Amino acid sequence: MWSWDYTLLILPQILEALKITVSATFVAFAVALVGGLILTLARRSDFKPLSLFAQGFIEFVRSTPLLVQLYFIFYVLPEHGLSLSPFIAGVIGLGLHYSTYLSEVYRGGIESIPPGQWEAAKALNFTPLETWRKIILPQSIPPVIPVMGNYLITMFKETPVLSAITLVEIMQTAKMLGSHSFRYLEAFTIVGVLFLVLSYSSSLMVRRLEVRLNLR
Amino acid sequence: MSVPLKVIYNEESTKSIGNDLRKVAVQPIVNYSNISKSYGDLQVLRNIDLDIAPGEKVALIGPSGSGKTTLARLLMTLEEPTSGTIEVDGEMLWHQKTNGKLVKANEKHLHKVRGNIGMVFQHFNLFPHMTILRNVMEAPRNVLGLSKEEAMERAVTMLKQVGLANKIDVYPAQLSGGQKQRVAIARALVMRPKVMIFDEPTSALDPELVGEVLEVIKAIAAEGEMAMLLITHEMDFARDVADRILFFDQGRIIEQGPPKRIFNNPESERLQTFLSRFNRH
Repeated sequence: MWSWDYTLLILPQILEALKITVSATFVAFAVALVGGLILTLARRSDFKPLSLFAQGFIEFVRSTPLLVQLYFIFYVLPEHGLSLSPFIAGVIGLGLHYSTYLSEVYRGGIESIPPGQWEAAKALNFTPLETWRKIILPQSIPPVIPVMGNYLITMFKETPVLSAITLVEIMQTAKMLGSHSFRYLEAFTIVGVLFLVLSYSSSLMVRRLEVRLNLR
Repeated sequence: MSVPLKVIYNEESTKSIGNDLRKVAVQPIVNYSNISKSYGDLQVLRNIDLDIAPGEKVALIGPSGSGKTTLARLLMTLEEPTSGTIEVDGEMLWHQKTNGKLVKANEKHLHKVRGNIGMVFQHFNLFPHMTILRNVMEAPRNVLGLSKEEAMERAVTMLKQVGLANKIDVYPAQLSGGQKQRVAIARALVMRPKVMIFDEPTSALDPELVGEVLEVIKAIAAEGEMAMLLITHEMDFARDVADRILFFDQGRIIEQGPPKRIFNNPESERLQTFLSRFNRH
């Protein structure tokens, strides 16, 4: 039976853990944004080894479960000298995993730029770096921002998987509270509601952003 | 045409394929030497030899697929030659001398020589995320390293010259085709290249907009020391502006000479057939 008293009792602890969930989401997203762009540029590189490495990395990461990758980073790496905290291991694992998806998004944006833009830049004697900075990226990134926003929300919902490497985010907190008091209903309902409210309101913001970008 | 010619034509040898100019102690601004280009099995250019004098206006005419655009693109470094060399103002474009040996040019060398060449495209290729002013200013600022004030001054002057000074804060999407092409011309011109390529500048325009662009190009031709490579299907325009006409077919220069002779007395059958399509009798 639902107890409002118990709900109010456990709420502060879960909200405290929400800070971990949210910060892990944003840090991992930042890693994915940067990593994704690097991967896309590496894949397009004329330097074959770099291009092949990027492609291989993307294939490998997309073909293996996030959970397996996280276990590797958190449990296997220490055996070879690199010990990371659950939070750091978690954001690196989650970030690198999603960088492969964001890389595809960047690629789509870049490939939608007409070849004439590259040619005009060359005709004006822009260096490759200047061409990227001033001509290509400013045109290719705004259209993909809504898709990136959706990935942010997806990563947010993915954070419970980090509990497997002992990161105490909201789901793990709910689980611990539940096993402590044998009351799971309120804890998991709070967590569910938190995910629902935050994801849904974020998706509304992404949609508003999309409309604003289209009107430009 | 008020540009003084710096070379003398050898009228008798216009029948021969290839370069018929006798150079008179003036180094050509562009030299194509035995240039060929193939895409796999398809050969688009065959052993082209061509000199363009400084300030010379050369019109390339011929059927689609004859190689005119490819010839221009090789100069603009948008394509790489399969064989042969190109020289711009005395310097090799696609090759460089390292330790006395001739090797393929690296990006640094290409960048250096490419600065002499500008191009106006059939489909304008303006930067849609920048205002007209910024489109014209961006290269002088970033490539030439001019200050914001200097770049803006040059850009505004150029835009005035093409008749678009009142549109500087407008975005390309808000312009007509003719206006876009005029901006593209200003953008290329502001870099002060020694050679300017016009690749079918009016082919993508509605007929009523063609005139305004041709007028701008004619004014530019009358002005200056800049050599021009004009790829066009506008024969009257070519006749008015060009010092020399080159007729291309199937990757070769079939005939070349001054406009008067080319249009009034075409010698080769292929040129006669080609020109007959343009007669409005």
